[in-house]
Amino acid sequence: MDDIHQQLVQMVDKMPAFPGSVNKVLQMTSAIDCAPKDLVQVIEHDPVMMAKILKLVNSAYFGLSREITSIKHGVVFVGLNTIKNLAISIATMGMLPKTGPAGLDMNEFLLHSLGTASIAKLLGKRLGVTPDKATDYFVGGLLHDIGKVVFAQFMPQEMERALKRVESEGVSLSIAETIEIGADHAQLGGMLAEKWQLPHALVTCIKEHHSPELNNDSNKVLDCVIAANIIVKQVEFGSAGNLIEDRLPDRVSARFGMELYELQNSIRDLDEELEKANAFIRI
Amino acid sequence: MLKFTFRGVRGSIASPGPKTVKYGGNTTCIEVRTDNELIILDAGTGIFPLSQTLFPEFPLTCHVFITHTHWDHIQGLPFFIPMFVAGNRVKIYGGQDPITGNGVQEVLSRQLEYAFFPIREAELSAELEYISLSENQVVNIGDAQVTNVLMNHPAINYGYKVTCGDKSLFFTGDHEWAYNIYDPDDDDYQLFEDHIAQKRKSIIDIVRGVDVLIVDTAYTDDEYPAKKGWGHGSFSSSIAMAREAGVKHCFFTHHEPTRSDEKLEKVFQDALDEHPNQSGDPEFYLAQEEFSFEL
Ligand SMILES: [Zn+2]
Ligand SMILES: [Zn+2]
Repeated sequence: MDDIHQQLVQMVDKMPAFPGSVNKVLQMTSAIDCAPKDLVQVIEHDPVMMAKILKLVNSAYFGLSREITSIKHGVVFVGLNTIKNLAISIATMGMLPKTGPAGLDMNEFLLHSLGTASIAKLLGKRLGVTPDKATDYFVGGLLHDIGKVVFAQFMPQEMERALKRVESEGVSLSIAETIEIGADHAQLGGMLAEKWQLPHALVTCIKEHHSPELNNDSNKVLDCVIAANIIVKQVEFGSAGNLIEDRLPDRVSARFGMELYELQNSIRDLDEELEKANAFIRI
Repeated sequence: MLKFTFRGVRGSIASPGPKTVKYGGNTTCIEVRTDNELIILDAGTGIFPLSQTLFPEFPLTCHVFITHTHWDHIQGLPFFIPMFVAGNRVKIYGGQDPITGNGVQEVLSRQLEYAFFPIREAELSAELEYISLSENQVVNIGDAQVTNVLMNHPAINYGYKVTCGDKSLFFTGDHEWAYNIYDPDDDDYQLFEDHIAQKRKSIIDIVRGVDVLIVDTAYTDDEYPAKKGWGHGSFSSSIAMAREAGVKHCFFTHHEPTRSDEKLEKVFQDALDEHPNQSGDPEFYLAQEEFSFEL
């Protein structure tokens, strides 16, 4: 895993973002009166842009004395123009293919990530977190599967075999990835997130979203992302190549005091939120 | 001892001529002296007249802190004479460009490329050193300390605090307080307000209680709305900052290049009239070229 890690860390710096947001960023920023909040919204809907910008604002270039946990936070702490120029520099690297060489449909993947993000945020609010903290839930959901895009982009043959193995053998993607690549997307994503010095809670979400048993200290963000990831697959909103699960891990259902279906049915605004995410990426 | 002299107080572009004789036409440069050290804040065109005064001190060591690399803050650097004379040591400090990853050296040495300037960096005889700073890094210079905080401008801009014994001054470089990008009825409005308040506090905490605040005050309150987002302060924002931080003396700088001496004094007086003196207020002044102040 260490070798893979080293190679990937370098390649990921060159990884482009999703086509829709690349186009929007280039288009918006060519107008001098580009509304800052619209630009922020585009970045917040693209896992690659989000990860790369959080990486930079948390890096030694700024050496900021505090963790930057969201794009809005970044806009205030390092300045709108810097965030805008970072987005432009990412957009000019090109864009991810619509269907990656590994056969992962990037549009479906994006829907899965956005859906998880929106649901995690709803769940967070339901647990009573402040709007400030609710953003962490959204970001955790958006980035939880970042390791998959990296595998699909840089180890397409292995990833394709892993995706096929899920279909033919009914094993989870994590198991299939471990067989084909030697590590799963959660481990890879977690390592990248650590390397990028992303906020600690976010690293945990990425690293442990398939292994709640690893986490002893109670972590609300992680539990919400785990639940959201399962719910978004249940309602068949997007897809990121993994199996549909029909129950929540014990700790997670204990957190909400209910089982999967009850939780799923109890989320008001679920359809509305998912429709918003869907509409946004189709503009 | 902590003493400073303004060598350039103009924003954006040098503006010499009969209408700016009193306050001066050079762009930003502040000479700061302690008992034994020379610290220079920014290298606008004002660093050239400063360098004319330095010959008697050769060989000298000096520390040049760059707030940001917009032209009006670095334009004078290739004409900083101590760099051409062997035996001098010039240390140049500044932030890094996060987009390209370039440190202060790459940015500044571009100024000395063949197409822009006849003398190459390699031909400078003084000993040159570049230091890229991260936020809140403390630089010790003799008995003085220089720290920085990231301000808000369309470039990475550090405000610098110079402390010597129980005296201190803070220079903002170019700065506009962050404003909300959301409308009051947007969901994210309050969240963004909270971030702004947190950032404001982190700056004010550093400025709090300094003897002297030198602050970007490019615009009048009437001019500001049309220039919102350009990265500069106004009389109202500067007065509010000085009051909130409880400073003793506040100098307004980065004067608009088109503002004549007469107009400058008028807008200054108007601002003071609009903000009548409160108890605990600092003394307010217009920054003026060649003006010296010992703290
Ligand atoms: Zn300026
Ligand atoms: Zn500037």
